[in-house]
Amino acid sequence: MTARGEPASATTWAIETRGLRKIYGDRVALEDLTLTVGYGEVFGFLGPNGAGKTTAVKMLVGLIRPTAGTGWVLGRPLGDAHARRQIGYLPELFRFHDWLTGEELLDLHAQLYGLSRAERRRRIPEVLELVGLTDAAHRRIRTYSKGMQQRIGIAQALLGSPRLVILDEPTSALDPLGRREVRDVIRRLRAEGVTVFLNSHLLSEVEAVCDRVAFVNRGRVIAIGPLDELLRGELVVEFRLGALPDGTLAALERIVRVEDVRPGERPTLTVRAPDEATIARAVDLLVGAGVPVYGVVPERRSLEDLFVRLVEDGERPPA
Amino acid sequence: MTKALVIARLTFREGLRKKLVLGVVLLSVVFAALYVWGFHLFVQDWRAMEARRAASGATTVLPYEVFASAMVLLGLWTVNFLAGIMTIFASVGTIASEIEQGTLHAIVPKPIRRWEIVLGKWLGYATMLVVYIGIMVAAVVVTARIVGGYAPPNVLQAYALIVLVALMLLSLTILGSTLFSTVANGVIVFMLYGMAITGGLVEQIGTALDNDVLVRIGVLSSLFVPSDSMWRLASYLVQPRIAVNFLGPTPFGTTVPPSSLAVYYSIGYAVVMLVLAMVRFQRRDL
Repeated sequence: MTARGEPASATTWAIETRGLRKIYGDRVALEDLTLTVGYGEVFGFLGPNGAGKTTAVKMLVGLIRPTAGTGWVLGRPLGDAHARRQIGYLPELFRFHDWLTGEELLDLHAQLYGLSRAERRRRIPEVLELVGLTDAAHRRIRTYSKGMQQRIGIAQALLGSPRLVILDEPTSALDPLGRREVRDVIRRLRAEGVTVFLNSHLLSEVEAVCDRVAFVNRGRVIAIGPLDELLRGELVVEFRLGALPDGTLAALERIVRVEDVRPGERPTLTVRAPDEATIARAVDLLVGAGVPVYGVVPERRSLEDLFVRLVEDGERPPA
Repeated sequence: MTKALVIARLTFREGLRKKLVLGVVLLSVVFAALYVWGFHLFVQDWRAMEARRAASGATTVLPYEVFASAMVLLGLWTVNFLAGIMTIFASVGTIASEIEQGTLHAIVPKPIRRWEIVLGKWLGYATMLVVYIGIMVAAVVVTARIVGGYAPPNVLQAYALIVLVALMLLSLTILGSTLFSTVANGVIVFMLYGMAITGGLVEQIGTALDNDVLVRIGVLSSLFVPSDSMWRLASYLVQPRIAVNFLGPTPFGTTVPPSSLAVYYSIGYAVVMLVLAMVRFQRRDL
């Protein structure tokens, strides 16, 4: 099912997929997944529930087979055992053998990674320390809180010192503090040159750590690229002004897109601009027209807006 | 292969924790205690009868060993039955429930081949069953020896055959758990196991009544699930010939032992079912 070879593509990217498709009966779980993730990148994989994110992730780690399409992970075909040696994976809905202690669980998974006894003795305390579970190492996982279980899950993914870490909704069960800890772990991995594939519907999460993102909806990638590129054209600013002479608004609209006007003695405009220089030109125009400018307040434009817009429009953002 | 052993160790430990398995172990302990007591009562009864016969001047019709052998046979039949229940209880959800719970989702993406996971689970449960059946057979034989002063023949062969029964059921149950949900698998495997036992009974009745159709039904059922025919062979071997001849076809034994071909068939059955489970799991989306 998976074509072998093509070493050129295989060495360039940590993950490369072409037209991956998954159909269960007559239900299409994944329409067409085509994307590339570079080595050392922290890659965000975003989409609403049911978009096919988890299906895609499961294909990358060999849990399910694609109906069509091909893919390579770390230069190997999907599901390749050698590649899996270098992949750390945190499943979305997972349960561990909760009668084991944290340390026993890590020992089990370290053995599955093929670590020797000496390596295990060195590595297990390291990852326990990394996720802050050193004190709970000898407690049964059954007694762990949800956040602790999630952290032991991250710990097992890091045991094999992987080159690629795939995290499926790693923070959904965590409180804000736990989220920050996960974020710190991801940043540390990036500093070590590890490629991270982060599947999340939490945009703030992705925004905080990812270099590049892909948006998926209805089983296909609807936008992909570096964050700042995707967010270009997403600069939204609120102008707090004095009285607007006739025609000024029309002139302004030739420079920026006016999205909202709240009239009054001191009208407030919400405008969208591709970049800051355009905003400056808009301010110049207003000042030139004698309009008092009381405030220029950049609205925090986030992935969330882009996300919502992309999903609603179902269209590509302007290049 | 070493990865399979990692899974085997985990499975062995996990098996010992299962409530159903603990239930069977508890039942086994109760059975063993009752068995010792029962054997003791049997010996007392026998001696009283012998004393009465001697007093009235009658001669002994049958030697003691025929009766003692019947006691051993009953004991081993119970062990065989409990081992079958234990096998199914322990392994019924081994793949299915772990897919449902998600414990396999963190295991399968590790650098381990899927067939190693299936083999490891098989090895883990097999070890548990070999130990369990060993202890139970020993309990029966030691009781016969100490309480009854009787030593049955071919105990090791009988032990090996009861283990073979359990291993066949194990392979079958694991195959089922790669195909069906835990509950469905439990229902199906218990039905097949019940069918094999009933088929064996039908065959014995057929032999007793000299009815070909009944015998053929029994043979067919033992081709489908050969667990009962291996028990029959075990029972035939573990009795002295005089006891076999005297008791005739019984629900617990047979006068016509299955051939060595049947033994090869059963071993092949266990292997093929296990390989099918590996093939099926290899192709399954998780």
